[in-house]
Amino acid sequence: MGGYGDVQMIDENGKRVDGRGPGDLRDITIETDVVPVADGSCRMTWGTNEVIVAVYGPMECHPRKLQRQDRAVLDVAYNMAPFSTTDRMRPGFNRRSREISKVTKDALESVVLLELYPRSKIRISIEVLSAEAGTRCVGLTAASVALADAGVPMTDMVVSVASGKINDVVVCDLNKEEDNYGEADLPMGILPNSGQLVFLQMDGDLSQEEFNQAWQYNMDAAQMIHNFMVDSLKGGEA
Amino acid sequence: MSKKNGAGGPRDRGRAQSLVVPGQDLGESEGQEAGHGVIVMEGRLRATKNGRIRNQGSTVSIEPLHTRYIPRPGDLAIGYIEGCTNNIWFVELGAPFNAILPMSLGPGKVEFGGTRSVMDVGETILCRVQEVEETHSSVVTMKGMGLRKIRSGVIEEIDPHLLGRLIGKGGESLKRLKEDAECRVIVADNGRMWIDGDLDGILEVRRQLDLMTVESRPIPVGGGH
Repeated sequence: MGGYGDVQMIDENGKRVDGRGPGDLRDITIETDVVPVADGSCRMTWGTNEVIVAVYGPMECHPRKLQRQDRAVLDVAYNMAPFSTTDRMRPGFNRRSREISKVTKDALESVVLLELYPRSKIRISIEVLSAEAGTRCVGLTAASVALADAGVPMTDMVVSVASGKINDVVVCDLNKEEDNYGEADLPMGILPNSGQLVFLQMDGDLSQEEFNQAWQYNMDAAQMIHNFMVDSLKGGEA
Repeated sequence: MSKKNGAGGPRDRGRAQSLVVPGQDLGESEGQEAGHGVIVMEGRLRATKNGRIRNQGSTVSIEPLHTRYIPRPGDLAIGYIEGCTNNIWFVELGAPFNAILPMSLGPGKVEFGGTRSVMDVGETILCRVQEVEETHSSVVTMKGMGLRKIRSGVIEEIDPHLLGRLIGKGGESLKRLKEDAECRVIVADNGRMWIDGDLDGILEVRRQLDLMTVESRPIPVGGGH
């Protein structure tokens, strides 16, 4: 990352390539119950990202060696469709999808009340249909909505959002160009009701002040995204 | 029978109030008791499920919008045979864990090693939940009135917490459904129902289910899992 410092992506008024200000989010829509056969599901669009998450379970855990006698296990599979990127994505698991599946699982494990379902498994499939930038955040956020839709008990919903640095300016919710040619990226998984973190990664370098600014952008954005999630689950009802 | 705690959903429907989402704050926990779908965190009540709030006395609980079936002793259940050993069948009930059906509780006399010739993997049975342990291992039985292997008709599945709506007060609407369709309909506690009759009758039951705005998923006997 970094090293494309001569690409001008933000003007002197703080306007970015897609016309957003530094703290602005891309457009977000969330829809639940989109996969009829699943126990819970969610379609989330975030800018030109589009993700569908389906949740199955809790159900009997197979293979049995993965069972835990005292709690349920999460089986998270993040996958990008071959047509989700401009370069064809080779189908199947790769190093990146494994990593994202793992961090998503770890983040969700800290909110789902797994001990209510010993010896069970909850299957979460995250399918990326269209990828721009920040699909791990979209996937994690959509997964918590789908879990809520499935009736899986959770202490809170995880909201995930990233901020980063472009041309030495900290901005919220990087798009494709900013992600590719920017200097840093800071995705976070936030519990909106307590402000706790369940997921934090950093790509590139940020100074202490820049980090604090990115942190603040993410915290503020999380509250806004959480409102969208609540609206989608309540179906417009108060 | 406790209808408040544990992982299963409450089965009766009461006066429901506003919708909540997981993580939502429900106020001070002092003087209030956390019921189904509610936990106490740092002296405050917090929702853990997406559903409607219900206050019964000092107990705050949530009637969830979606639930999965949790077996309780005495429940009538429709299950699929998912595997067997020499003396045990494993039965899938649509629950978070499978139940076992020991040879001794099977239908009629079964020889050791002959489990598979009596009921093979993929077959559908009507059974009763005998016991459920803390560790979620559960046992079902086929000894009892009307419990048997299902060989005809179709199985429909609905969310278990919608059963109340389907059956109606004192079984009224279910009775009407059976009479209208001239079908045998057996509704099990795990949200599966067995519909047996001629094709027109089965279609009529499905149409009625749609009218009752009960979401149902058709599953052929012996298949689906």
